[in-house]
Amino acid sequence: MISLSVLGVELAYWQVTSLRVLGVLVAVVLPAGAFVYLFLFKMMSFMQSRLGPMEAGPFGSMQLLAEVGKFLQKEDIVPERADRRLFFIAPYIVLASTFLLFSVMPFGPDVYFTNLDTGIFLALGLSSVSVIGILIAGWASANKYSLIGGIRAAGQLIAYELPMVLAVVGVVIQAGTLNLQGIVAAQHQGEIFGFSGIGNPFLLTQFVAFGVFLVATQAELTQTPFDMPVAESEIVTGYMTEYSGLRFLLFFIGEFATAGAFAAIAATLFLGGWALPFVSLDDNSMNFIGPLVLFAKMLMVGFLIFWARFTFPRFREDQLQAFAWKYLIPIALINILVTMILKVAF
Amino acid sequence: MSDFLRDYLTVGIFGLTGVALVGLLLGLGSVLRPTRAQPQKYINYESGVDPVGTGWGQSNVRYYVFALLFVMFDVEAVFIFPFATRVDAYGWFGVIEMGIFIFILALGLLYAWKKKVLRWL
Repeated sequence: MISLSVLGVELAYWQVTSLRVLGVLVAVVLPAGAFVYLFLFKMMSFMQSRLGPMEAGPFGSMQLLAEVGKFLQKEDIVPERADRRLFFIAPYIVLASTFLLFSVMPFGPDVYFTNLDTGIFLALGLSSVSVIGILIAGWASANKYSLIGGIRAAGQLIAYELPMVLAVVGVVIQAGTLNLQGIVAAQHQGEIFGFSGIGNPFLLTQFVAFGVFLVATQAELTQTPFDMPVAESEIVTGYMTEYSGLRFLLFFIGEFATAGAFAAIAATLFLGGWALPFVSLDDNSMNFIGPLVLFAKMLMVGFLIFWARFTFPRFREDQLQAFAWKYLIPIALINILVTMILKVAF
Repeated sequence: MSDFLRDYLTVGIFGLTGVALVGLLLGLGSVLRPTRAQPQKYINYESGVDPVGTGWGQSNVRYYVFALLFVMFDVEAVFIFPFATRVDAYGWFGVIEMGIFIFILALGLLYAWKKKVLRWL
């Protein structure tokens, strides 16, 4: 057992790790979350020709704090028919699944929580846990809208989990590893048909996989145009209908946080992660610059996700299923074959 | 403890910390928020009218065939992953093998398609 001594106190491994996680969550993830939140709100407002949050702080920069403050004071209403225990558990599962996605992300050469050999595989597995929470929320509410919303969310997940996994296989074939640090390194040291100037961000050679991944991400996040589980004109707010106050806020934040997490994964897989071209991977300064680079790339992908969200109208439920099974999965399978053949041929 | 296990321990601790933070926030909320109980507040929302029947009415789930297809494809995808990390080592032999594997997989999808089970009705 590794133990560290901090201020003369011997700490066990789990204590050190908990402190690190807490420190990072409070010092990094919360400000980053506030920034992403503001960036996205401003972006969507400008796309819709309005100003967006302006009152809380300069240019509405304290909006997230104001929201949390407001929701903290709201009465907690649990419908009397609801299955209380499941009703309370659901937000924990959704949020924990989102948190866990960040545990496998590499932020720099030495800045990571875990460096698992199965990194991306674990991330894909963890990302689908949240739908269990959503299904529980829909069931426990004892509300017809909620139940339909939860069932739709589950149907959506089983349709779009596959294209996402198959799109990632293309990247894995090129990188030759499931380790996320390894994937970053493979992109940094890669070359495109002999040209190694900027490495090989897999966006350039795996653009098909990137497209499939982004579409599947959109569906997994239940964002418009795939937002049938929360379609307000059909089923009120789906699985969140009976949630109010703080618990509603948790679902709401969870949605944004998951969007951020998926954007970060896409940035790592396709845009080169924390690495910069022309800068050595072992450069010590990357430990400071790396997280910022990843953050910038994450915002770029986040921009794409939310751009689609505010541009397209909602699909029908059957169109959603047909799109996944008849288009995305065959495309992803062909992409795997082509990638495989090109990888061996060159 | 090996590095391998310690990494998974970190993932576990990460999850527990996340749960603890959510609990902390909810606990803070329960201290701050008012509770003014009125029986009307605890009726299930059904567009403003009294709810009909129970909330757990039976409905057509519709997608058990999709679920079966999903289980099949997902397990297949798990087989593709280890191969994908070793494409270089296997060379053309691996490409042909995996090509046959994916061909059979696609055949299954095509069969389901022709059988018209890929319709959500």
